[in-house]
Amino acid sequence: MSSRRVGIIGAAYSKFGDRQDVNLAELTWEAFREALQEASIDKDEIEFTVVSNVGAWSSEPLPAVVVSEAMGLRPKGSVRVEAACASGSAAVKLAHDIIAAGQAEVATAIGVEKMKESPTPLVVEFIGRAGNYMWEFENFGLTFPGYYALYATAYMAKYGVKEEDLCEVAVKNHYYAARNERAQFRNEINVERCMRSPYIAWPLKLYDCSPITDGAAAVILASEDYIRKHGREATWILGIGSATGTSNMSKRQDFTSLDASVVATRSAYSKAGIDPGNPVKSIDVAEVHDCFTIAEILAYEDLGFAKRGEGLKLLKEGETYKEGSIPVNLSGGLKAKGHPIGATGQSMIAELHHQLLGKVGGERQADIRRGVALAHNVGGTGHYAYVTVLSLHKEVEA
Amino acid sequence: MNKTQRDEIEAALKQAEAFVKEVKGSVGLPIVPDAKTGAATWYDQRELRLKYTVSVEKTRRFFEGLADGRIMATRCRRCGELYFPPQDFCSRCGSEDVEWIELSDVGQLLTFTVINVKPMSFSHYQDYTVGIARMPEGINVLAWVDGDPKKLRVGMKVKLKVVRRQPENYLIYEFEPVE
Ligand SMILES: [Zn+2]
Repeated sequence: MSSRRVGIIGAAYSKFGDRQDVNLAELTWEAFREALQEASIDKDEIEFTVVSNVGAWSSEPLPAVVVSEAMGLRPKGSVRVEAACASGSAAVKLAHDIIAAGQAEVATAIGVEKMKESPTPLVVEFIGRAGNYMWEFENFGLTFPGYYALYATAYMAKYGVKEEDLCEVAVKNHYYAARNERAQFRNEINVERCMRSPYIAWPLKLYDCSPITDGAAAVILASEDYIRKHGREATWILGIGSATGTSNMSKRQDFTSLDASVVATRSAYSKAGIDPGNPVKSIDVAEVHDCFTIAEILAYEDLGFAKRGEGLKLLKEGETYKEGSIPVNLSGGLKAKGHPIGATGQSMIAELHHQLLGKVGGERQADIRRGVALAHNVGGTGHYAYVTVLSLHKEVEA
Repeated sequence: MNKTQRDEIEAALKQAEAFVKEVKGSVGLPIVPDAKTGAATWYDQRELRLKYTVSVEKTRRFFEGLADGRIMATRCRRCGELYFPPQDFCSRCGSEDVEWIELSDVGQLLTFTVINVKPMSFSHYQDYTVGIARMPEGINVLAWVDGDPKKLRVGMKVKLKVVRRQPENYLIYEFEPVE
């Protein structure tokens, strides 16, 4: 399958958190204007706009149109996409594929979520419905923490992991969020504080959970021809893997790994030329989907960063801190940077784009040796999975 | 003691509505400060209520089975694939020739959780336990697990039964631990 190489020329995410100081369009503008500035293009060069937004908790039912009008992207084509919490990565994939297929030279993937427009119990309701409505929500009232708690219980029973162990993920991600001015939570925590927090869905506690977040993020992509012709600075998309899991969680065979995540990883590694037997040696830095602490441990294993049952060991040995062999979530992750559902994917990719270019700086800047970064974005409870590999180079170096 | 999350939600909502009413009365606009940031927010003057009607025509035997205390699945007559939740066509081989079978009632608990913070529409319940069990037929069932969650263990035997869910008063299935 031959297609054109696509690069990222501009990317940004807004300040995440309680953003009732702005409406949906104003919040999007914060991210888009910065991405546009970095890309140093005229917005009229953008030929197509993909908007990711899950919505329901916010007032605008046609966000792609609201965003296109406010960003000045009209009358070019647009569409809104939904892949639950992976909507942002899905938007980047569509923008990428449109360019790769030669249907545009420049396209943008914009994510925005205004979750604070609704009261928390209603947001809990909407996210809880994001599984199989009739067979798992209607009669049994699952919540999003509840779905992941089912994974946590099974994982803890199989590998003898304790609640304190899961808290270690939160401690790491709060540490980095405290150093990220765009993050929702700017405070460090310790295991004791995490253990003292109330149960949300046993065995998961408040500090095991990502927050309800307002946020926006934008990624501007262009063809290799465009980037070369205009001499733009870029990071290259080496491969995007995607997969779909079962709607009914009960139809899954195992609750210690996300099938969709494994399939998407395999596909992304194959496209990017990464050795699935030892991906850590090819990747400098990763953002993984830590909507709950257990999810980051599952991600380590599903991505092949650690063997089955050894994800926690990888963390406890410091390997996923900045100084380790595979730094993960130096942004603070969903857990502490925040999780504005439809914008999370672009925010991961924006963060990694800047990591690769050395623009993050300060205490959160990873050492970039091989020039490769990975974004792992799960939608729902393994309902969707997207893995995106970015690089400073057009090929992974052997 | 038996105060539910719904009581708290409704009390908070009532308070907010009263405040907005007062603000509208004095300044003529439903604009109130956001509780966390103090930013000016427009308090929606419209409300949307959602209640779906979902077709169960093709799977009505399952629901009729509940009335007889039976929990049914479907099996593809062509390839043998088993379906729970039941469906009347086979996603695997494309056949539309399926038969209804009754599931065994004792399964093995694979995992469970206690829902402490509940969705709005479940906020009138006390904390409830959700589990997934593997049935002898090789399929899994997700349902509430009755009883004290502290006594539950992954791997233990649980029994599937039909109960009348209250206060809604409708038939549904749940697990209970097998002593
Ligand atoms: Zn079949």
